[in-house]
Amino acid sequence: MHLNEEELEVLRIIENNSRIDLKDLAKMTDLAEADMEITLKKLEDMRVIVRYLTVINWAKVDEYHGVTAMIDVKVTPKRGVGFDDVAKRIYKFKEVQSVYLMSGAYDLSVIVEGRSMNEVASFVSEKLSTLDSVISTTTHFIMKKYKHDGTIFDQTEEDKRIVVSP
Amino acid sequence: MIKTSYVSRTIAELKPSGIRRFFDLAANLEGVVSLGVGEPDFVTSWAVREAAINSLEEGFTSYTANAGLYELRAEISRYMEKQFHVPYSPEDQIIVTVGASQALDITLRTILNPGEEVIVVEPCFVAYAPLVTMAGGIPVTVQTSKADDFKLTPEQLEAAITPKTKAVLICSPNNPTGTQLGQEELVMLADIVKKHDLLVISDEIYAELAYDEQFTSFAAIDGMLERTIVINGFSKGFAMTGWRLGFVCAPKEISEAMLKLHQYAMMCAPTMAQHAALEALKHGMQDVEDMRRSYRRRRNYIVKSFNEMGLDCHNPGGAFYAFPSIEKTGMTSMEFAEKLLTEELVAVVPGDVFGKSGEGHIRCSYASSMEQLQEALKRMERFMNNHGK
Ligand SMILES: Cc1ncc(COP(=O)(O)O)c(C=O)c1O
Repeated sequence: MHLNEEELEVLRIIENNSRIDLKDLAKMTDLAEADMEITLKKLEDMRVIVRYLTVINWAKVDEYHGVTAMIDVKVTPKRGVGFDDVAKRIYKFKEVQSVYLMSGAYDLSVIVEGRSMNEVASFVSEKLSTLDSVISTTTHFIMKKYKHDGTIFDQTEEDKRIVVSP
Repeated sequence: MIKTSYVSRTIAELKPSGIRRFFDLAANLEGVVSLGVGEPDFVTSWAVREAAINSLEEGFTSYTANAGLYELRAEISRYMEKQFHVPYSPEDQIIVTVGASQALDITLRTILNPGEEVIVVEPCFVAYAPLVTMAGGIPVTVQTSKADDFKLTPEQLEAAITPKTKAVLICSPNNPTGTQLGQEELVMLADIVKKHDLLVISDEIYAELAYDEQFTSFAAIDGMLERTIVINGFSKGFAMTGWRLGFVCAPKEISEAMLKLHQYAMMCAPTMAQHAALEALKHGMQDVEDMRRSYRRRRNYIVKSFNEMGLDCHNPGGAFYAFPSIEKTGMTSMEFAEKLLTEELVAVVPGDVFGKSGEGHIRCSYASSMEQLQEALKRMERFMNNHGK
C-alpha cells in the first residue's frame, strides 16, 4: 500500500498521541481540517490505522490484578496452510494479546494475559498445548514492565533548560 | 576597592546581551511557559550519551590532538562531503572547537587586522558584533527587513562594502528569524563577494534544521570553497548544546593559522565530548532526521496559529524560531515581551536584542513539546485579544 508524505506524517504523529485535536493535527501537517478528516477516514478504512490505544501502566494501580506471559510455542506446520492455520486457531482466544511467527528456536510467540498465574497456566495446559499441531510450550511470566511499545514506564522527563537562552 | 580601569576599554564598552537581561526577568517568576529557549528540547540521544560514558570508563581523560581526534575529523570530513558536497581534508582543513562559539571566535581573531570591517547581517545571533569587536575589527551592520523575508539582498551587500571590508558573516538558517537562503540567493551574493575579493564566514549551525528546501552550504557555491569559512557544530542538529562541541572548516592557509590560535588558547576540545560526537556522526543521523520532522510539525503549527491570532508571521524555512511581527499592538518588542511575561507568564525574546531591524518582532522558539506550545499559544491568544488592536 503506497502512502503519500502527508499520510505518513499523520501516522507518525498520532502513533504517539491519538488524542491530538483534529485542528492541531491539521495545522501541524499543513492540511485543511476537512482534508485531514478525509485522510484519517481513509487510513482507518484501509485498516492502516487499526485502533486508537492508550498505554496504561497497570502495575501502578492497586486494584489491578493481572499477569502477562510470553509463551514460546513449537508447532508442526500443516501441508498447504503452513503456520497460518494454527496461528489463527490460537489468536482467536480472547486471552491471547499477540501472536508472532518467529525464526529461530521456536515457531510462534504468543502473549497471553490473565487475571492470575493460575488462569494463564490453565489456558496453556488446557487450550494451547492440547492443540493438534502444538509440539511444546515454554511459558515466561513478565515480572515487571520497564518499557512497553516504545514508552518508558515510570519516567517523567522534565525540561532542564534555562528559561531564556541565546 | 577594585578599579574599573582594570578592565580593558574594549570589554568595558561592550553592551551586555539583551537576552541576559530578559533571562533575569523571566528567571524570577514561577509557572512560566518558555518560548525563549535557543536550544533543542530533546535530550542528547542515549546512544551518544552512552558513548561519552564509555569513553570515561575506558579512561580517555587526556588531551587529544589540537585540531581534535583524527577519527572525528575524518568523520566530519565524510559528513561535510556527503551532506553538503564540500570537500575538506581532515589533516589540515578541519578544527574541532568548543562549540560554534569558539569556532567563530578563532575565525575572527585569525583573519582580522585592527580596524578591518566585517559585515554583519541583522537581525542576528547576539554574539556576532561583540566577537568582531573583541577581535579588533569593526562590525558593519546591515538591516534586513520582513519585506525581503529577512534575506540580505545583493544591493544591500554591495552598499555595505568599503575598502576596509574583510569578510561577510552570514547565518542561514538564521537565529532569530529562521530565514534560510536558497542556492540562487547565495550565488548572487557570492558574485559580489568574489568581485570585492572578500571572505565569507558562513555560520551553518542550523544546517540540519531545514524544512522546506534542501540546505545549500555557501562553500558549495562555485568559486566559494577557497573563500568561505564554514562554522558548524553539534549543538542544534544533534541536540548537544551542553557538550560544547563545534567545528570549523576552512581553506588550508586559514585553517593552519587558526590552529595556532586554537592551540595556544584552548589546546583542544573536551575529549569525552569528541567521543560522543563521533558516535553522533556515525550512527546518529536517523535521530537528526526524527528531530527535524518533529520541529517541522511544530513550525507549521506555531506559524499558522500566530497568523490566526493576528501575529503576522513569515514562514521560516529553518532553525527552530518563529519571528512574528508585533507592530500592530503599538508596543515596542521589549514592552510586548515584558507585558506578555508578567501578564500571561509566557517568555519570548524581544526582537531588538538581535539588532535594530529586529524591533517590532519577537523571537519564539518552537523547540518545546506540543503541550507546552499549545499552552503558550492559548495564553498568547488571550493576550492578543486584550492588546491586539
Ligand atoms: C547562529 C548561532 N551560531 C552559533 C551559536 C552557538 O553555538 P554553540 O553552542 O555550538 O557554541 C548559536 C547558539 O545559539 C547560534 O544561534
